[in-house]
Amino acid sequence: MNKLSPLHDKIYCALSGSAADAQTIAEIVNYQLDVHSTEIGEDPQVRSAATLVRNISYKYKEELSAHLIVAGWDRRDGGQVFATLNGLLTRQPFAIGGSGSSYVYGFVDAEYRRGMSKEECQQFVVNTLSLAMNRDGSSGGVAYIVTIDEQGTEEKVILGNDLPTFVDQ
Amino acid sequence: MATMIMKQPPTGGFSFENCKRNAVVEGSLNNSGGSLPAARKTGTTICGVVFKDGVVLGADTRATEGMIVADKNCSKIHYISPNIYCCGAGTAADTEMTTQIISSNLELHSLSTGRSPRVATANRMLKQMLFRYQGYIGAALVLGGVDCNGPHLYSIYPHGSTDKLPYVTMGSGSLAAMAVFEDRYKPDMEEEAAKRLVRDAIAAGIFNDLGSGSNIDLCVISKGKVDYIRPHDEANKKGVRTGDYKYTRGTTGVLTKAVKPLDLELLVESVQTMDTS
Repeated sequence: MNKLSPLHDKIYCALSGSAADAQTIAEIVNYQLDVHSTEIGEDPQVRSAATLVRNISYKYKEELSAHLIVAGWDRRDGGQVFATLNGLLTRQPFAIGGSGSSYVYGFVDAEYRRGMSKEECQQFVVNTLSLAMNRDGSSGGVAYIVTIDEQGTEEKVILGNDLPTFVDQ
Repeated sequence: MATMIMKQPPTGGFSFENCKRNAVVEGSLNNSGGSLPAARKTGTTICGVVFKDGVVLGADTRATEGMIVADKNCSKIHYISPNIYCCGAGTAADTEMTTQIISSNLELHSLSTGRSPRVATANRMLKQMLFRYQGYIGAALVLGGVDCNGPHLYSIYPHGSTDKLPYVTMGSGSLAAMAVFEDRYKPDMEEEAAKRLVRDAIAAGIFNDLGSGSNIDLCVISKGKVDYIRPHDEANKKGVRTGDYKYTRGTTGVLTKAVKPLDLELLVESVQTMDTS
């Protein structure tokens, strides 16, 4: 299941929690962003997309059970990552979420450095996913990676045996 | 002029009005020693596969009411539009009504747009309705069809999430059917190979799952042509009895025979035609 859902050309969100809730939020925000970007006449800001997601997550926080991480590129602030857990909105250098995230908090805190290049970032993300998929029973299968920058959006699938291996594998 | 009564606009969400009445009925039934009838579920095996020119949908034909088979030959592949069909697992009434509602709305939509309906549209309509009812409508569906963008196959869960995949299975027998798919699925199969694969997947569900049984129905949808094959395979034919408990005439000797005619008079004969228009 591809858990990376497009909200706009240069804005994607990562789904976790209840599949039905997360898919529905992503599709509603996709529609709202479409309307918004037509109204302003240019590509929307990542902050706007994250705010729309946050508004739904906060208003229905008792009924919904999903966490969406919104990330993308816009002209004003470049690449951005926003977390919208439980209805908050915060911009972060990186974000993790889902059941497997508990296992990799230590890894990401230790390994993240500011100013990494594109390839280093992709390697960082793949390593994080691989470690989490190994430990968490609810995560597994293949890894989907989406890289968004000024030039465009690139989707990549990394199959099981191409994932990096660590101790004990 | 008659006064117009303003009808209350329907509020969103599920109407729980009947729950109180159901509780009262259940209470009175329990007091008198009965019990509520069990909802009829189609404990089921349904599956679909995308092949070179289209999709093949398959389903078993058993409907269960608790541990009893309520219908040995029910139809689980529902019509949505001339180029889109949908298999349904879960509560039989829910799958039947949901597919009928979406089929009706989709026909109106296609008349409004002037175009042949697309599978993605049916998928959106189904998932938005099921999400609105928060999983209380117990319908797990396999939606397949061919439209202007090619063949598409979706699986739709009762809570409203969907997956777009080349092969899907749903229902209580889904694990047995998925085992067959994972072993033998290849992309871009020919029609005959795809039909054989779906038939074997449903057969795995029928023979290894108690909730599925009887015959195998297939629906092959390709561009411009739909083959609704019901039944494709009668995997569980009722056996023929080898002996007979009927005795031939003359086995018992007749001692005496007396015939008395009864005088019956025809009083009134009337035929009322039923309005079948």
